[in-house]
Amino acid sequence: MSVKDKIWLWFHRMASPAYFYKLAGQVLPWTIVATTILMLIGLVGGLVFAPADYQQGDGFRIIYVHVPSAWMSMFVYMVMAVNSAIFLIWHIKLSDIVARSSAVIGASFTFLALVTGSIWGKPMWGTWWVWDARLTSELLLLFLYLGYIGLRSAIDDRRVAGKAGSILALVGAINIPIIHYSVVWWNTLHQSASVSKFDNPSIELNMLIPLLCMAIAFKLFYLCILLINSRSELLEQEKRSQWVKELVTSS
Amino acid sequence: MNYSNPFVAMLFRDLRIAFRQRAEIMLPVIFFVVVVSLFPLAISPDPAVLKSIGPGVIWIAALLSILLSLQSLFRSDFNDGSMEQILLSPFPGSLLMLARIVAQWCVTGLPLIIISPLLGLLLHLETHVIFVLFISLLLGIPYLNMVGAIAVALTIGLRQAGALLSLLVLPLYVPVLIFGSNAVISAANDLPYTGQLLWLAALLVLASTLSPFVISSALRVSCSYR
Repeated sequence: MSVKDKIWLWFHRMASPAYFYKLAGQVLPWTIVATTILMLIGLVGGLVFAPADYQQGDGFRIIYVHVPSAWMSMFVYMVMAVNSAIFLIWHIKLSDIVARSSAVIGASFTFLALVTGSIWGKPMWGTWWVWDARLTSELLLLFLYLGYIGLRSAIDDRRVAGKAGSILALVGAINIPIIHYSVVWWNTLHQSASVSKFDNPSIELNMLIPLLCMAIAFKLFYLCILLINSRSELLEQEKRSQWVKELVTSS
Repeated sequence: MNYSNPFVAMLFRDLRIAFRQRAEIMLPVIFFVVVVSLFPLAISPDPAVLKSIGPGVIWIAALLSILLSLQSLFRSDFNDGSMEQILLSPFPGSLLMLARIVAQWCVTGLPLIIISPLLGLLLHLETHVIFVLFISLLLGIPYLNMVGAIAVALTIGLRQAGALLSLLVLPLYVPVLIFGSNAVISAANDLPYTGQLLWLAALLVLASTLSPFVISSALRVSCSYR
């Protein structure tokens, strides 16, 4: 069997709800353990062992929540868009479930990034909000997430909601780079560069390692929530199928 | 298969239907004028202030009146079942939907563009600035029609479509709003503005090539719902 066939086989297996349900159940405990360990390392490293910033003092430590959640906000939308494309092309229901569960998590990460950014901005820039390019495009990303969630929840029929949502997610994915660069460009025209958090020439290693730990921990955390969500959504969606009945009667 | 005949037929059908309801055509234009004339009352009638806020005000008002006119875009066809017939026809749905949007643009977008120089005068913009405003609206408003039509096609079957429609549409309108109002502001400050206009033209090309396909598949999804 060639590598290509193996990949296709894996793809088809993953698309089967029963197989995915079982696999997700096996993977989940390990992901939870890994998330907890990495998050502990990241938090202790970041809040205790990392030296205070020479300019921002201890205030910079909010970076360990803010930056990973900002990274996740983009990443989750990407996952959503890829899964929407898979759903539209191959009609794999599982992809739709992933996209649907991701939206709420992504919106929460975006909201978290905005709130922590605002809390960080108050002592550092002296204001809760600046119309900085990064902040503005993050805000618009939140609106895109909310639109997606709103559209899906407005449609009762699950299948139709999936299709309509997928189209919207793809339109959004095409627009995100355009929106981002237009906002960057608007900002450079309007005001001189405000304080940028990446002004520091380089970040010290014992500040960076906890940050990377936190970034991976956030990714794993997303995976945990995604697996839990998808499992319950799968059960609900497949409640009339044989494997769910067997699962319920055997337990 | 000859594609120009169905396009033209669809275009004229829609225009004929639109011109039978003249009052409805006038509403977005009147809305546009009224919204713009509220700003001097609320902020300041001082010409210097009006000059600085003018481009943004006219662009936002144009955007809102397009948003207002979007709601009726597919409504009657969807309600009386013609939409299914249009999508079932042997011609590509994207082609027919492009005709529908061109008709919609003629009826709602074009009047806004034509009346915009007058509003520029009301807000004390200079002649060459008004010219740039006109060009930017000419390039930007079709984009608003096309991208807005995607959101309308997705929400057409829903009960609470209005508020959801604006939530879906407004973030997607941001680039055009930025480039459009920036071109006018740059012209007012004697800065180069061709870059912004070229961006608007690029976005228009992108939207006019991709959005008809998205709209027709979104309409298929919406029609399958009921």
